[in-house]
Amino acid sequence: MLYSPIAPMHIPDGFLSIVISVICWAITIVTLGVAISRTNKSLGERQVPLMGVMAAFIFAAQMINFPVAGGTSGHLLGGALAAITLGPWAGMLVMTAVIAVQGLLFQDGGLVVMGANILNMGLLTAAVGYGLYRSAIGSKFTIKLTVAGVAAWLSVMTGALATSMQLWLSGTANIGVVVPAMLGVHALIGLGEALVTVAALSFILRTRPDLLGEQSASAQGGRGWILTGVLITLAVVLLSPLASASPDGLNRVAMDLGFIQTAQTASGPLAGYTVPFLSSISASKIVAGSIGVIVVLAIAVITGRSLQTKKPNS
Amino acid sequence: MHSDAFDRYHHHDSALHRLDPRIKVVVAIAFIISNALLPDGAWMAFGLAWLFVLLASALSDLGLGYTFRRSFIVLPFALVAVTVLFSIPGKPVSQFHFMMWDFTVTDAGLLRFVSIVIRSWISVQIAILLVAVTRFPDLIHAFEHLRVPAILTTIIAFLYRYLFVLSDEVIRLLRARQSRSAAAAGQRSGGGVLWRARVSGNMAGQLFLRSYERSDRIYNAMLARGYAGQLLTLNPHELHGRDWAYAVAAFLFILAMQFVGRF
Amino acid sequence: MPITHATEKFNYPECDGDVLQVRGLHFSYPDGHIALRGISLNLCSGDKVALVGPNGAGKSTLMLHLNGILEGRGEIDLGGLRLSRDNLPMIRSMVGLVFQNPDDQLFSPTVFEDVAFGPLHMGLSESEVRVRVDSALEAVRMISYKDRLSHHLSVGEKKRIAIATVLSMNPSILVLDEPSAGLDPRAMLVSPHDTRLAQELFPRTIVMDDGNIVADGLTMEILKDEELLTAHGLEKP
Repeated sequence: MLYSPIAPMHIPDGFLSIVISVICWAITIVTLGVAISRTNKSLGERQVPLMGVMAAFIFAAQMINFPVAGGTSGHLLGGALAAITLGPWAGMLVMTAVIAVQGLLFQDGGLVVMGANILNMGLLTAAVGYGLYRSAIGSKFTIKLTVAGVAAWLSVMTGALATSMQLWLSGTANIGVVVPAMLGVHALIGLGEALVTVAALSFILRTRPDLLGEQSASAQGGRGWILTGVLITLAVVLLSPLASASPDGLNRVAMDLGFIQTAQTASGPLAGYTVPFLSSISASKIVAGSIGVIVVLAIAVITGRSLQTKKPNS
Repeated sequence: MHSDAFDRYHHHDSALHRLDPRIKVVVAIAFIISNALLPDGAWMAFGLAWLFVLLASALSDLGLGYTFRRSFIVLPFALVAVTVLFSIPGKPVSQFHFMMWDFTVTDAGLLRFVSIVIRSWISVQIAILLVAVTRFPDLIHAFEHLRVPAILTTIIAFLYRYLFVLSDEVIRLLRARQSRSAAAAGQRSGGGVLWRARVSGNMAGQLFLRSYERSDRIYNAMLARGYAGQLLTLNPHELHGRDWAYAVAAFLFILAMQFVGRF
Repeated sequence: MPITHATEKFNYPECDGDVLQVRGLHFSYPDGHIALRGISLNLCSGDKVALVGPNGAGKSTLMLHLNGILEGRGEIDLGGLRLSRDNLPMIRSMVGLVFQNPDDQLFSPTVFEDVAFGPLHMGLSESEVRVRVDSALEAVRMISYKDRLSHHLSVGEKKRIAIATVLSMNPSILVLDEPSAGLDPRAMLVSPHDTRLAQELFPRTIVMDDGNIVADGLTMEILKDEELLTAHGLEKP
C-alpha cells in the first residue's frame, strides 16, 4: 500500500554509459534552465508553494493503485497530468523534483543516470502529454478528455522508447529485444496511466473548471507545444517499428557514431552468434500490430468512458 | 497516522553522520561515476569498490550488512541487461533451448552482463548509505550549496515536507474506498478494471484539488511572514579540516581504484 | 442593499487604537460574495481580544486583511502606520498571523528553517536570525525541538512551533486562530473555537456576523447576553 516503485523505467546507476549519461544530463539541464525562467514569468512568486505541493501531490497520487489482473496493479506516473494541469514548464519542474526524490530517497533510479531518468519520465512525458493536449484546448469536454487519454498513453510510450534507446546506446541491452519488450510492457502501463489521467482530469474539470479554463496557466503554453508534441510522437511512431524490424541497421549507425564499443570489435561475424529471433521480422510485426490495436482500443475506450462521465454523478 | 516508512535516515552519531553533507554527496557521485568508468571485467577494481562500500559502512555504525540487505532493489532491472548474454559475439559458453528458440550464452556476453550488474549493485549501495547517514533536509542544503537552482531545491523541500501530509491523505482515501467496496461472500467487489481505474482517477482528482487549495493557504502563510518571491536560506553547515581530510582520502581511494582497473 | 447592524455597546475602557485601527473596511471576493461590510475596530497594547462569530461571519477574512494578504476598501493603521503596498514588508513583521492548520503554517522540512523564515525574509543578519529563532523557541518552550523535522511533530507540538514562527519576527500584535499556550504581553486578536476559553483568557470580546461587528465589549457582559448569543449562533458557555 505504501510506496511501490514501477521498476521498468527508473534506470539504476551502472546501466548507462558515462557518455550517454552526460548527454542526457546536458539535454535535461538546458531544458530545465528554460523551464525555470519560463515558470518564473508565468507563475510569479506563487510558483514555489504551488509547484512544491503539486510535486508532493504527484508523489502521493502514485500511491493510489488499482488491481488490474493477475496480482498486478496499475497506478499513475503523472507526467502528462502534471503538464496538463500546471502547464508544460511547471509540469517538467514538478516531475523533476519527483524523480529526484525517488532516486535520492528511495534509490528508485540512480544518481549519475538521473539526467536520463528526468529526461524520460519528466521532460518527454510532459512535452508529449501537454503538446497533444494543447491541440484540444477549446474543444468539447469529450474531445479534450479523449485527447488527454491518448496523450497520456503516448507520453508513457515515449518515455519507454527513450529508455530503451539509452540502454541500447550504452551497450546494456540489445535493441531488437529491449524495444519490443519495453514498449509491450508500457503499452499496458500506459493504458492505466491514460485511464487514471482522464478520470482525474474529468473530476477536476467538473469540480473546478476555472483551474483548467482558457485563462489558466496551463492553457497559456504557446502553440509551439503542439508541434513539439506531434514531432516527438512521430519520432516514436517511426522509430519503434524501425528498431524492432532492422536492429542491425541501427546498430551500424550507433557503431559509426562510436556509441557501442563492445560490438565494434567484432562487427564481422556478428550474425553467427546472435540469437535468430532478435532480428526476425515477426517481432517487429507483433509490436507494430499490437501498438496499432492498442491505439484504436485506447481511443475507443476513452471515448466510451468520457461519454459515460457526462451522465449524472453516481 | 504517520508514514514513517518514507524515512531512510538512521539516527546515530558516527563519523559518517557528522561529515558535511556536501562532501558526502560529492564523494558518492564521484564513486558512482568511477564505477561507470571502470572497464568490463575489472574484477580487482570492483573488489576495491566493494571494499570502499564496506569501509564507509564501518564508519557509519550501521553494520557491514546494512547496504547489502537493501541492495537487491536493482535486481529486477538487471532483466533488461540479460539480452547482452546472447547478443554480444564471443565464444559460446552454454547453450539451451527455450520454446522455439536456441539461446547461446557467450563469454563476452557473460563478462558484460556480470560487469553491469556488479557496477549497479555497488553503486546503489553507496546511494543507500548516503541517505541512511544524512538527513534529507541536509541533503537538500548540500545540493543548494552545490549550485542546484534554488527553485528546484525548494520544490524538493516542499515535496519532502508535504509528502508525509499528502500520503496520509491518500491512505485515508484508500481506506474509505476499501470500506465502501463491500462484497457479498465469494464475490469480487467493485466493477471491472475500467471502473477501478476511474475510482482511482477520481481520488487523484480529489487529491489534486485539495493539494491546490493547500498550496494557496501555504502561499498566504509565506506572504504573512514576509515572502516576496525571493527565497532565502541559511547555510547551517561549515566545512572543517576533518571534512576535507575525508574527502581527500575518498578521492585517493577512487583514483587508486581507477588505476587498478585500467592497468 | 446589505443589511446593516448597529454595534451593540458594551462597557469597555476607551482605547485609542495605538496598536491597531481599522476604519470602514469593506471586502468582497472575486465571485461576488460580500465578506466584510464596513468593519471598524481599535486595539490597544496589551489588549486580549476574542473574535467570535458563526462560520462565514468574516473573521478569517478580517484577519487576512491585517497584514495585507487581502486588500479591501477602507483604512488599516498599525502602530500609527497606514497599511499600503509600500510598507507591506514592515507591516507584515508587525502582525504575527498564525493560520489555523499548523501543516499549512509549517511549510519547511525542519523546525529551525520554519522559525527562521520570517526573520530571514525581514532582511535580518544571519546572527540576528539565529538569536531570534532561539528566543522564539524558548518562548514556546520548544528550544529542544530546534533541529527536529516538522513531520515528526505531534499536532500540539506543531501548534506551539507555529506560534514561534511568528514570535521570531517580534510582532506587536498576534493574530491567531486559536488561543496560544502561555502568557504573552503583546496585543492579541484570537478567534477561539470554544467560547469557554474566551471567558478565561480574553477580557474583551468582539462578535462578528455576516461581515459586520455586532458587539464589542467586556467578555463577561457579552457572554451573559443570551439574546445576543443566540441571535448570532453562539453557544452559551
